Amino acid sequence: MQAPAKGTKRRSISYAKWGYIFIAPFFIAFAIFQLIPLASTIYYSFFEYYRSGLKVIGPNFTGLSNYVKLLSLDLPKYLGNTMLLWILGFVPQIIISLLLAVWFTDNRLRIRCQPFFKTVIYMPNLIMASAFAMLFFALFSDNGPVNAALISAGILNEPFRFLSSVAGTRGLIALMNFLMWFGNTTILLMAAVMGIDLSLFEAAEIDGCTPSQIFWKITMPLIRPILVYVMITSLIGGLQMFDVPQILTNGKGNPDRCATTMIMYLNNHMFSKNYGMAGAVSVILFIICAVLCVVIYRSTNEDEGRKKK
Amino acid sequence: MRKHLSKALALALAMSSLASVSLAEGSVLNVWCWNDEFQSRFNAYYPEVKEVAEDKSTTTLNDGTIVKWTINPNADNNYQNKLDEALLSQESAADDDKIDMFLIEADYALKYVDSPYTLDVRADIGLTDDELAGQYKYTQDIATADGVLKGVTWQATPGLFAYRRSIAKDVLGTDDPAEVQTYLSDWDKFNEVAAKAAEKGYKMLSGYDDSYRTFSNNVSAPWVDGTTGKVDANIMKWVEQTKEFTDKGYNNKSRLWDNTWAADQGPEGKVFGFFYSTWGINFTLLGNSLATPVAEGGKEEVGNGIYGDYAVCEGPQSYYWGGTWICAATGADNAETIKDVMTKLTCDKEIDKQITLDTQDYTNNIEAMNEIANSDYQSAFLGGQNHIALFAKSAEKIDMSNAGPYDQGCNEQIQNAFRDYFDGTVDIDGAKKNFETAIMELYPELTEVVWPE
Repeated sequence: MQAPAKGTKRRSISYAKWGYIFIAPFFIAFAIFQLIPLASTIYYSFFEYYRSGLKVIGPNFTGLSNYVKLLSLDLPKYLGNTMLLWILGFVPQIIISLLLAVWFTDNRLRIRCQPFFKTVIYMPNLIMASAFAMLFFALFSDNGPVNAALISAGILNEPFRFLSSVAGTRGLIALMNFLMWFGNTTILLMAAVMGIDLSLFEAAEIDGCTPSQIFWKITMPLIRPILVYVMITSLIGGLQMFDVPQILTNGKGNPDRCATTMIMYLNNHMFSKNYGMAGAVSVILFIICAVLCVVIYRSTNEDEGRKKK
Repeated sequence: MRKHLSKALALALAMSSLASVSLAEGSVLNVWCWNDEFQSRFNAYYPEVKEVAEDKSTTTLNDGTIVKWTINPNADNNYQNKLDEALLSQESAADDDKIDMFLIEADYALKYVDSPYTLDVRADIGLTDDELAGQYKYTQDIATADGVLKGVTWQATPGLFAYRRSIAKDVLGTDDPAEVQTYLSDWDKFNEVAAKAAEKGYKMLSGYDDSYRTFSNNVSAPWVDGTTGKVDANIMKWVEQTKEFTDKGYNNKSRLWDNTWAADQGPEGKVFGFFYSTWGINFTLLGNSLATPVAEGGKEEVGNGIYGDYAVCEGPQSYYWGGTWICAATGADNAETIKDVMTKLTCDKEIDKQITLDTQDYTNNIEAMNEIANSDYQSAFLGGQNHIALFAKSAEKIDMSNAGPYDQGCNEQIQNAFRDYFDGTVDIDGAKKNFETAIMELYPELTEVVWPE
């Protein structure tokens, strides 16, 4: 804004303040509902603060003892569980989504009734995760429909106890995550592929590229930014996985705590309102999340930087 | 203008005085519970009930008091979480929102009894020793802290073993309770019958948790001593027996309250028997035994499912299982109504006797129970047996001296941790370690867990 002539000083309008006023509501809400709780979580993670029955114990400052206790106990195991469950669900998800995205956007294939397919694959995302988990719990229980079907088809002699076996429980959780999210990923990747200039594909075909070469040399590099976005958001969601394993295993993470994720572990501490330990788990999770996201971001964007040079 | 103002003022004053008169004792009685068991008893047997709302959310009493039911289901510790938050903010709550009465279970009774959030039933509410004299002493022992009684109950919960008459006839040749008891009078004999039942294609028990209470009630020390968790030798006996039963196929690998367990109690089930206490028989077993549930129009009578095919005997050890106590919350503003409810439902012999006759629940009145025990009362559900007589014998043997505030968490977690061991997913050391981890998460003040040799 240029300063007006001396005589018209009174009429100088600064629009800057309106900008601040418009973004103020967000920042106020952010401060109250996210910043202050965040600060108090980090603060209490250095204290011993829980309830024994109805008696509040603490807050007593104990420094890093909560973190030491966590890292020496089972936190690595639960972190491993969380990452494993995420990978088991994410790998099929990204493969199938890429495949579907390429098929749906292929000019030569021209798949018909696309809106119908897109709606159907997106639908599992709309179901509440806890309802979905309850459904699977009933379906795969010892005398549930799936076992009954397998026995009557002659594939099994006696019911396979899905929820009492480590592989069964983890597999079910991965399956649920896959079903819920592959629709979303497919739509995103389709949008990414449709943003690629058609003339590139035509030029490649004229040059005699096979479909797989087109996929790896043209499509994949050009949809990289969206792929990175999908990976990061999926990773964050995966690290915070809670509702599906919690409902499926009834909060216990059984068998043998193989399905206990970090947030379920945090939730266990809330039984005794243990703000100290829960805060420590939250902080550790936050650090891990931040580190992993930075790693993914750097490793996928570094190539672009090199290319530009 | 002034005329209108003064009229408005007068009206306002009149209304506020009206309001203060009706709020003299607090016109809302807030009761917190986790299911509708107490609500049904209250609505059916409390003499001052005038009418029940359509959706059952409130009950109106003869003096105009409205009883407001707040029911928070127990799953995932939901009931206690909500109750704790409400109790801790009781002082700042509005008068009509303050909790007046709340229910607690035996497993975690001491958590509330031993806190300043419950009122003294004698000094603050006004129940007299005379009125309380008719109750079973153990029901008062568990709700007493430092000599002060904080809760009363309308139930006594001795446990028995409920068996299928038809299966007993097939396996043992008899279904008479006294004779069946000779075959089940101790654990060794019980295990022998299990082997016999397996030969004929029956399972002795439904799942892993069925016999747990019988073992856990006969321990010799409480769960926690100071900050050390101590697992009793009797609990390890439960582990041994269940592992043996699972390996030999004597049980159906179910969990308490799951679908398989419920189905095993019904017409399709092939399980010899279930350990059940008083409330279990009428609240759970009866419903599960019907082929057509009551909700679908089925009647509770012989011919519907296996109604009538069950009988009870004492079993290998006497035990109790749970029970619900009524407590008055500190800060409650309806002391008179609370006193009346407590007196009528837990101390009145005639009302308690009627409850038992109608619902087969075992009530907390020694005289009434003995009367029924000695009468020719017959339970149609149990094929004509007078099970009250058996319960009366068992009720006298109940010993709650080893109950403690850590019972709920420890009972739940040990069954949970060892389920993996029975399934074969972990070995016994893994199960022990999982239990220790779980217990120290639940109760951060514990420092270690000690196992018996």
